[in-house]
Amino acid sequence: MNAIEIRGLQKSYRVYQKKEGLWASLTGLFQREYNEVEAVRGIDLDVAQGEFVAFLGPNGAGKTTTLKLLSGVISPSGGEAHVLGHVPWKRENEYRRRFALVMGQKNQLWWDLPAQESFQLHQKIYRIDPEQFRRTRDELVDLLEVRHLLGQPVRELSLGERMKMELTAALLHSPEVLFLDEPTIGLDVVAQHNVQKFLKHYQAERKITILLTSHYMKDVVALCRRVVIIAQGEIKYDGSLAGIVDRFSGHKVLTLQFADGRMPGDLARYGDVLEIVEPKARLRVARSSIADVLSSVLANNTIEDVSVEDPPLEEVIAKMFAHTANEKKSEAVLPVETS
Amino acid sequence: MIARVQTWWTILRICLEERLVYRGDFALGTLMRFLPIVTQIFLWTAIFAAAGSGKIEGYSREDIIAYYLLTMLARAFSSMPGLASGIARQVREGEIKKFLIQPIDLVGFMLLARIAHKVVYYAVAAGPFALVYYLCRSYFPGWPAPDVFAAFLLSLALAFAVGFFMEMTLGMISFWFLEVSSLLFVYMLFTFFFSGHMFPLEILPDPWRTIVDFLPFKYLAYFPAAVFLGKIEGDAMLFGLAVQACWALFFIVACRVFMHRGFHRYSGYGG
Repeated sequence: MNAIEIRGLQKSYRVYQKKEGLWASLTGLFQREYNEVEAVRGIDLDVAQGEFVAFLGPNGAGKTTTLKLLSGVISPSGGEAHVLGHVPWKRENEYRRRFALVMGQKNQLWWDLPAQESFQLHQKIYRIDPEQFRRTRDELVDLLEVRHLLGQPVRELSLGERMKMELTAALLHSPEVLFLDEPTIGLDVVAQHNVQKFLKHYQAERKITILLTSHYMKDVVALCRRVVIIAQGEIKYDGSLAGIVDRFSGHKVLTLQFADGRMPGDLARYGDVLEIVEPKARLRVARSSIADVLSSVLANNTIEDVSVEDPPLEEVIAKMFAHTANEKKSEAVLPVETS
Repeated sequence: MIARVQTWWTILRICLEERLVYRGDFALGTLMRFLPIVTQIFLWTAIFAAAGSGKIEGYSREDIIAYYLLTMLARAFSSMPGLASGIARQVREGEIKKFLIQPIDLVGFMLLARIAHKVVYYAVAAGPFALVYYLCRSYFPGWPAPDVFAAFLLSLALAFAVGFFMEMTLGMISFWFLEVSSLLFVYMLFTFFFSGHMFPLEILPDPWRTIVDFLPFKYLAYFPAAVFLGKIEGDAMLFGLAVQACWALFFIVACRVFMHRGFHRYSGYGG
């Protein structure tokens, strides 16, 4: 069963175009020029109950706009969407009690009070049974290791600790659908890892549906099997993470470690040389010829160690974003793969 | 219904706790409000001395000072510092989203937050108010009849309602214009002159005096004070209370309409 169904969803904004200079500011008082920005251009998407889907895309691609549409913060210009059977922008309380939205550092916690006060307020406004509330809160604060911080004013918490409290607040009412917009933005590596670990565990345990946007590939790799790439307000790819590399990268990275002093001088004949730090060398080799290259290298050299890897995901995605940006100019459309 | 009352109580309790966080600043701010009393007493003494006559528009010097002290009390109910500008800030910074996402009513929440604000204010200001009234007791004509006093209390409660919902309505305008500080300044000026906070409205020349009768501002300060002092009595008093209640109702509806339109606009243009 689908938790989220989106058909032809569109959102466009009118944006005031201010020209440079004082004179333009003065004339702008009387006559203004507006540009129509199409943030989301008719997307179709189905997300099954219990799926953990990543939304990727360059800045301004329409990811956050889509999350805002699905959480009812904004209304669409066209198309339709159903989340758990509800139309989000009708903002029915029944729907609002079944989902949560966490947006980076926009906090839903009371700044000057300890987080436990905000949690109590959530208990009341979401009508959570007191026993259930205690259980969920205890479970969440233990999983996130913030129990000892419950009594400390939110303003005195670190960014990572605040994010954990935000997540706790968002999950107290056990939402069936969770929208996460950049949940690890600004966090250090340890805090990022903790949040990832928690989300993975929680989603696996509760089988809730999660839509996540993130610029950290590590989040995506750690959490999501399905990836939807949005650029210029359209879905450019919908499939597995591995599929992105298959589809958008035609090469592999071959790392060779030669026996002492045995590195050949003509490595370029095997592929593009990326890096040489003796006794190691990294080469980019076309995917189609990797088997031939590998057997030839092994036959003609003394190799101590070898590895064949996909190129880094960041690199593939950056290339893909650049590709879609160019494509925008020529208005060609990439084929969309559905899983 | 019980769940709703519990929610209200929790919001009220948390707002109270929040108000008590910066208690030093709050107490100082509250006490500083009493300073203008001294200057007002000197000012009106000088005005009456210069005028030479014993009364201005039916007010003696004692009446005016008692009037001023009573409008201070009324303003303690009807003034809403930071309410509209707070909403404007929330709209500008996107915090208002919370009320679109969570099952919570913006107006109800703000009302409870404001009640908490007022309760803490009265707790801090009750002592100084009592002291000032005690020291100035000679300016007052004495306690009014019980029915007049009841009408006075009702007019104070309605002054709170008119003040709150009028400023909420203004705050909702920030959905259209992100910056409302100039508008609030104009509102503050109007309130200052037409609420009767500065001087009894009888002093205003026509046509202003007639105009203020059709505006809601006089119910924020002048009306409760005039009721207490017996300047408005009998049917006129009851009629005044009815009009005050109508203004409260008008702004309750207006702020709801503006909120819904504002949410619609906000959600149409993005946040």
